[in-house]
Amino acid sequence: MSTAVHWTAWSVFAFFFALVTVLGFVAARWKKADLNHLHEWGLGGRRFGTGITWFLLGGDLYTAYTVIAVPALVYATGAYGFFALPYTIVAFPVFYVFAPRLWNVCHRHSYVTLADFAQGRYDNRRLALAVALTGVLATLPYIALQLVGMQVVFEAMGFGGVRGGAEIALIVAFVVLAVYTYTSGLRAPAMIAFVKDTMIYIFVIAAVIVIPAKLGGYGAIFAAADHAFAARGSGGILLHAGQAMPYATLAFGSALALFLYPHAATGMLAASNGGTLRRNAMLLPIYSVLLGLIALMGYMAIAAQVDAKGTAIVPALILQSLPEWFAGFCCAAIALGALVPAAIMSIGAANLVTRNIWRPYINANMTPAQEAHVAKVTSLVVKFGALAFVVFLPLHFAIDLQLLGGIWILQVFPAIACGLFTRWFRGNALLAGWAAGMALGTALSASVGMKPVFALPGIGGVYIGLIALAANFTVAALITAIANARGKLHRTDATAAIDYEDAVAVRS
Amino acid sequence: MAVNRRLWLLALPFLGTLIVPLYDAREPYLFGFPFFYWYLFAWLLVLPPLVWFVDRGRRQ
Repeated sequence: MSTAVHWTAWSVFAFFFALVTVLGFVAARWKKADLNHLHEWGLGGRRFGTGITWFLLGGDLYTAYTVIAVPALVYATGAYGFFALPYTIVAFPVFYVFAPRLWNVCHRHSYVTLADFAQGRYDNRRLALAVALTGVLATLPYIALQLVGMQVVFEAMGFGGVRGGAEIALIVAFVVLAVYTYTSGLRAPAMIAFVKDTMIYIFVIAAVIVIPAKLGGYGAIFAAADHAFAARGSGGILLHAGQAMPYATLAFGSALALFLYPHAATGMLAASNGGTLRRNAMLLPIYSVLLGLIALMGYMAIAAQVDAKGTAIVPALILQSLPEWFAGFCCAAIALGALVPAAIMSIGAANLVTRNIWRPYINANMTPAQEAHVAKVTSLVVKFGALAFVVFLPLHFAIDLQLLGGIWILQVFPAIACGLFTRWFRGNALLAGWAAGMALGTALSASVGMKPVFALPGIGGVYIGLIALAANFTVAALITAIANARGKLHRTDATAAIDYEDAVAVRS
Repeated sequence: MAVNRRLWLLALPFLGTLIVPLYDAREPYLFGFPFFYWYLFAWLLVLPPLVWFVDRGRRQ
């Protein structure tokens, strides 16, 4: 890799960074409202229409780390790395079924977080705390990985050679992000998402036309990848026997988990109504086409024989095959791609800490202004925690924890996703199931050296998140059945069946 | 509330993409893409009209 600083690329990057910084601050005045209310600061006043929600959720779910990590996995393993495609293909039917009900009940009861919903539905503070802690724990390493995404780009642009250069650029970018998230709340990433996603679309569409033209077309790229995997003796452009099960279970489990993440919940609850979310279930697959094209860059990097490894391959491919000014544009698109999810994730975590940890356990009588203040400060703390993580700890901590985070967040599925349809499970049973799933998932993952897949006898490799979820469901169902048999009293449910339906259905 | 029976159609993407042997093949190629790849991209194109059709069933 060249250690020369790519000044043209940096200039282009600096221009776009300055642009989104201005937008980040201007966003405070957009759809003007009192930002000293949590639902305004942390949910944008719940009035984002179909278009804004599409950019916000798309920019939120397809992160900077996705852009560099998916091609890196494809580069290393081939077809296996494409599990990201079935994952996002099945994620949207899941989204269509759950998201509008979630939006309706949260809107009707002014819930800001999934843990708020758990509290209202099950009248169980410990369950709500479990949901909140899981969300925060799963989010922190995810934010850290966004920083890793930026760092990789900065290093490729030549600051790796300057001692501490990439770190300094990273710290500057993140401090600026932290300040405008503090002042503008969710409006900042919503506004920035327009610019960032437009840039990503331009980058990807140009890259998947220009780069293959240089490499002799897609047929040649697949042939080169096929040849390279055969020479390496591992991976392949098709799945090997034994890979199908891990591939399918990873895709399925990740799809179930996706919308339980706090940043996804925040993006969904900020929509203006359930119909907005249904239309997004139809439109978000467009982003997945983009993701598929990005994944193909892993093969392009093989065919182009880039002089880089791992997560560095995409920036290296860009800098090697595109004119420098456009490479700068693409690098800027990826790096800015880190800002939107990082902001939404920190807001999602801040909402959880404020509503489900601070309010019930520290200060039950917060005024709305105090509540918004706690959230703003928490968003700063969370971001600097993630920054410290990346600057001071080895990279594999963030990656391992993010992987565990995916397994953990799936353990709130029974309480949240099933809770949207049935109140059959009891709160304490869900809590016990959650604990069992968390413990089993963590132990299994640790037993195979922090890998996502565990070989079950007779079945093959299965995504650990799903194994833990099965244990979770079993425990929750058993305890519920026992409590029912003993005729224990049910706790109050603050929600009614009609709260989950669209307002239109109520009137008709 | 009447249940939207078209919701069952949403099982199709699961069956179509999680049953891997259905598409883990090279042939037939399309524009240089092995079947495995263009098949998955084709699902992304099918998905928006499919969800739209399901949603229309809900609104009727």
